[in-house]
Formats: sequence, C-alpha cells, structure tokens
Amino acid sequence: MGTVIKINEGIVEDAAQLVPLARWLEWREAGQVPHPGSGVWLEPDDDFDALLPDLDRLTLIAVNFPVFTDGRGYSVARLLRERHGYRRELRAVGDVLRDQLYFMRRCGFDAFALRADQDAELALRAFDDYSVSYQ
Amino acid sequence: MYRYDETDQRLVDERVVRFRDQMRRFLAGELSEDDFRPLRLQNGLYIQRHAPMLRVAIPYGTMSATQLRMLARVAREYDRGYGHFTTRCNIQYNWVRLEDAPEILAELATVQMHAIQTSGNCIRNITTDPFAGVAADEVLDPRPYCEIVRQWSTLSPEYTFLPRKFKIAITGSRNDRAAVSFHDIGARAVRREDGEIGFEVYVGGGLGRTPMVGHRIQSFLPRRELLSYFDAILRVYNRYGRRDKKYKSRVKILVKELGPEAFTTEVEREWEFLRGGEASIDDARFDAMERHFRAPEIPADGESALPRNGEPAFLRWLARNVTAHRLPGLAIVTLSLKQTGNPPGDASAAQMEAAADLADRYSAGEIRVSHEQNLVLPQVRIAELLALWQAAVGHQLATANIGLLTDVVCCPGGDFCSLANARSIPIAEAIQRRFADEAALEDVGPLELNISGCVNACGHHHIGNIGILGVDKNGEEWYQVTLGGSEDAPPAIGRIIGPSFQAADIPEVVEKVVTVYRRQRSEGERFIDTLRRIGADPFKQHLYGGADGHRDQD
Repeated sequence: MGTVIKINEGIVEDAAQLVPLARWLEWREAGQVPHPGSGVWLEPDDDFDALLPDLDRLTLIAVNFPVFTDGRGYSVARLLRERHGYRRELRAVGDVLRDQLYFMRRCGFDAFALRADQDAELALRAFDDYSVSYQ
Repeated sequence: MYRYDETDQRLVDERVVRFRDQMRRFLAGELSEDDFRPLRLQNGLYIQRHAPMLRVAIPYGTMSATQLRMLARVAREYDRGYGHFTTRCNIQYNWVRLEDAPEILAELATVQMHAIQTSGNCIRNITTDPFAGVAADEVLDPRPYCEIVRQWSTLSPEYTFLPRKFKIAITGSRNDRAAVSFHDIGARAVRREDGEIGFEVYVGGGLGRTPMVGHRIQSFLPRRELLSYFDAILRVYNRYGRRDKKYKSRVKILVKELGPEAFTTEVEREWEFLRGGEASIDDARFDAMERHFRAPEIPADGESALPRNGEPAFLRWLARNVTAHRLPGLAIVTLSLKQTGNPPGDASAAQMEAAADLADRYSAGEIRVSHEQNLVLPQVRIAELLALWQAAVGHQLATANIGLLTDVVCCPGGDFCSLANARSIPIAEAIQRRFADEAALEDVGPLELNISGCVNACGHHHIGNIGILGVDKNGEEWYQVTLGGSEDAPPAIGRIIGPSFQAADIPEVVEKVVTVYRRQRSEGERFIDTLRRIGADPFKQHLYGGADGHRDQD
C-alpha cells in the first residue's frame, strides 16, 4: 500500500498489513493473535456480521472500492460507524479518487489510500469541496 | 415558492466551483474520460449525437418567472435559441459547448437553479403533480415534502454512486398526475381521519425496457419518517442492487428478484435502526418549510365561474387548457407546448420569455413544468382568463389541445439522442397533422399518446393510452404500437398489439385505432375506458386482420 491520507495526520507512508475478512476469521478461530498493526480488508459485498465481536479490538478496517463508481462502500462505512459504533481507523482503499473523498469522509472514512495516479497534496484540499451539507 | 437560504446558495455556488475545476482538469488532460464521465453526468452534462447536452433541473417542476427568463437566456446565449422540456421536470439544451457548461451553471446559480443530479447513478430530480398546491382534488400540498426530499438527496454522501439512476415522485392528490406507480419510489400523501399526515409508499415501478408497476410497501408512513424510510430503501438498494448488468440494476429488478415481500422485510429491518434517528423530521421543520409554499390570495373581484360566452376558440381553450383551482376565483392554466410543427416540449427563448411575462402578469410570477411537457400557470384570476388567452395566442402557447391526441408526449428521439433507434419528432408531427381538424380532435376526446425513440422509454410510451416505440430493424426505423397504458386509475402498462409499422403508416394506424373507438364507444366514454371494456382484439382486427388490413405480417 502506498500513499495514505489520514485525517488530522496528513499524508503518510503506510505499511499496515491488511488481511481479507475470511483470513481474519480463520485466525480468530485458531486463537492466533494478529500483529497489532494488522487490519481487516472488507470487500463491498462481504457479510461483516461475523466481524462485529472484534470491532472493539480492531485498529484498522479497510473497505475496498473495486471501481470508484461502486458505491456500496459508503453504506458499509455508515453501518460500521453509526450502527455498530466502530471508532478507530476506517480506510477507503482501491479505486479512490480525489473527487470522492468528500463523500467518503462524510460517511465515516478517516483514511484514504489513493489510487496511484492521484496527487496527494491536491487531494488534501478535496475535503473542503463543500462547506455546507444537507444531510 | 421555495427561496434559497444562505446554505442552499453556498452549496450551489460551491458546486459550480467544483465542477469548473473538474472541467478544467478534464480539458487539461489531468482527468481521464472514464474518471470524468460520472462527474459530468452528475452535473447533467451528456455527450450526445450532435453536441453535448446539458440537462437542468426544475425541482418538482416549480419555477419563477425570473428563473424561466434565465432558461431563455441560456437558450439564446449558449444554445440555438430553444430548449426542450422533458417528462421529468428538466429542461435540456442540445447544442451547448462542453467548455461553456461551468459558466452556464454559474449563471443558473444566480437564480437558484442548478443541474445537480439530473443524470448519473444517483437520486434524480424529485417530481410531483404539476398542479401541486392548487389542485381542487388535492389532499395536501406535496411541495414542502418535495423540497425536504430534494435537500436530503442533494449531494447525498451515501447515495451518489448507486447501481443505477433513482427516481422519486410524490403526489398529494388521489388523482395521480405524477405517475407515482412508475417510479423507483412513489409516495402518495394521505391524511388520516385523526388528521395525521403520512404517505403510501410504492417501490419498484418504472418504464424502460422492463416496465413495471410499483408495489405498495407502506400504507401509512408517518410524515416525520419520510426520509428515514427512504434511507432504508436506498441503503438496501445500494448494498444489494445488481451492478453486473446495466439493464438489471434498477431497484425494480431487485424488488422482482427478491419478491416484494422479501424486499419489504429487508427495508423494514434496516428501518428499525433508522427510524426516529437523525433523518427524522420534526414538526418545526415542516412548519418552516410550509411557510415557503403559501396559498395564493383569493381575488376580491368576485368572478368565480368560468366565462360562458366568447369566441369559439376561446371557449375551446377554456374547456381544454383550464383546470379547476382549489380556491374560488382562480384557475389553473396550461400553456401548450404542442402546437403542430413544433417538437413536443420544445420552447423557443422568445416563448420562454413570453411565458415568464404571462406568469408575472397573471400568475404571481410562478410557472410549473408538467410531465406531459407543457407549462402551467398555477394561479390565474378567472376574470383575467380572456386577456391571458389573447396574449398567449400570439406566442403560440394557447393551442387548445391539453389531454387530446395532439398533446403528444415525445422524447427527442433519433434527431438528437444517441441512444435512439428511430426518430420520434417527425412521427409526432405527422400524427398532429392528421388530426388537424379541431372539431374532430375534440370529438375523439381525452386520449394520451406517447412516443419513444427507443426502449429507454423517455417518451413514456408504456403509459400512453396509445404508445409508439421506435425500433431498429436491419438499419430501418420501425414503430411498435401499444394500447392500454395509463399513468393512473388504475395504473397500467400498455400491451403491444402486433407487428410493427413503418413511419409513413403511423398516422393511418392511429386513425384506425381512433375509428374503432368511435364506433364502439358509448355516450361520453373515454378512449381508455372503451379499450378496457372491449379489449384490444377489435383494434387488432381492424389494423391487421380486417377488411382494411393490407400490410404483410413480419
């Protein structure tokens, strides 16, 4: 994983290890304790109910956007934040473009692994695209 | 009418800034066509057959004279002097320059207008009854609810990248002039005996290549939960709607595949967590919103009955284009954009300016756009109807054909649209010419005729009493005819009556259909009622199998 923008931390080089949901659940089943820096990688259609008991001890959840026009991840984020009370890092990964950052943040993402061709410095300004909102 | 506050204005202004930057990056090659496409579509900008097409929103079809003058200005300055009013309360400009789009949006923003979400896979412009707030048969005024939904859906962070477009219609009347059964979500306001206001909610209706009548999934949704319930529907759709095939990705397909009951269960499960939450609306919000939509003043001049005397053309216009108002002394006037020879729904800049002037002079500066692609003046004093008519005639806005066969609903078709398989405007014109005799047209009575140039059904041919669909056969334009569609009472999708026809035959086909109706109708019976009573067979017989049937089956 390359450049990650984290709210309040700016641009960081990130080496966090992300594992698919299925792998995480296998580890948990086997009683293995993952590295503290590890996080779970969710696909937009993953049924993440099985993960809910772990939310308190997870420090990173990444939600994949296979293409930026696939908006399922926005609903996943709102569910994790608003319904299930997940408070730590929620990262958008995959086809993450500057023009989506504002919406992603409003759904609860606070970290963004940009697509490789995106300019991170410019992307930082995207959070100010709108100063007002209706929802 | 709703007036923007500082927040509304800032949002639209910031949207312009954002889009200007996106356009700049696209033109500079910093943004690829693939990355730009959804962004421009969410700002109503298409790449079309001849030029880019810009679709501007007229939220729930309501606008001021000032706004209509701006639409005229855009037509004049940035297009070829006209615009096309669509079936979904938008106006389309077919000849704009790509690089002018941000400037057009900036100008529109100065009069509280925008093109936000007029296209793309997001919640589209909210539509309603063109007679909202003034109709005599109305349970309540749906406009405050439309505005609340408009705001909620504007730049919605969660629902900007849906599987497919999403259309919401709201009506406040039992007589459905908003076609709520044919929307992704349709809501019909109801007032319970105890005075509480709520909504019947329909989901999964739609036209296009898989036309469906929506299912009622709520019989009384309390008004405070309107948004939380919509949120639940949208979230279920966003998470589970198909994204693999464009033609399978509308919510109607999800409702069909899950079944309405299972779909409703999913929505209810989601709603359990959302109801009573942040999206709930309190009474103060409703009160504040309702203050924007005040009832017109009752005129003091005492005229409350329509004129009975006058020249025949005026009386015909009164009978066709004037509708009962809910307040005494006032009337609702429809300005027809269906004069023969003019593409249905098109208005020139001069006509728009004329309509704006008429609205200022006779209708408190307010205009509506109907989904039949006409303009409506919602509050005209009965005493001034004659003066209004005389003024409207001079601008070709007074064709006395509302609800008649020549009031054709029609998409731009192959002349403009790159999706179309066939032209539709010339077909509309040929039919209008065939029925040029006013007395004969009047004798046929109410009859909805809808024409679409392709299966995407922008001309809503499925819900026309007579529907005409352009189809491509080996590079030739052919036309399929459906009978029996209706947007209301009860809502129905028309059925194809048989093999398709060539363009030149269509006026004859329509005439034959009308002939069967005139032979078979009972006294005072409308076309659709005769058709429902006798079925389609007599029509088929006359078209394909009767003595007049000359054409080959294909």
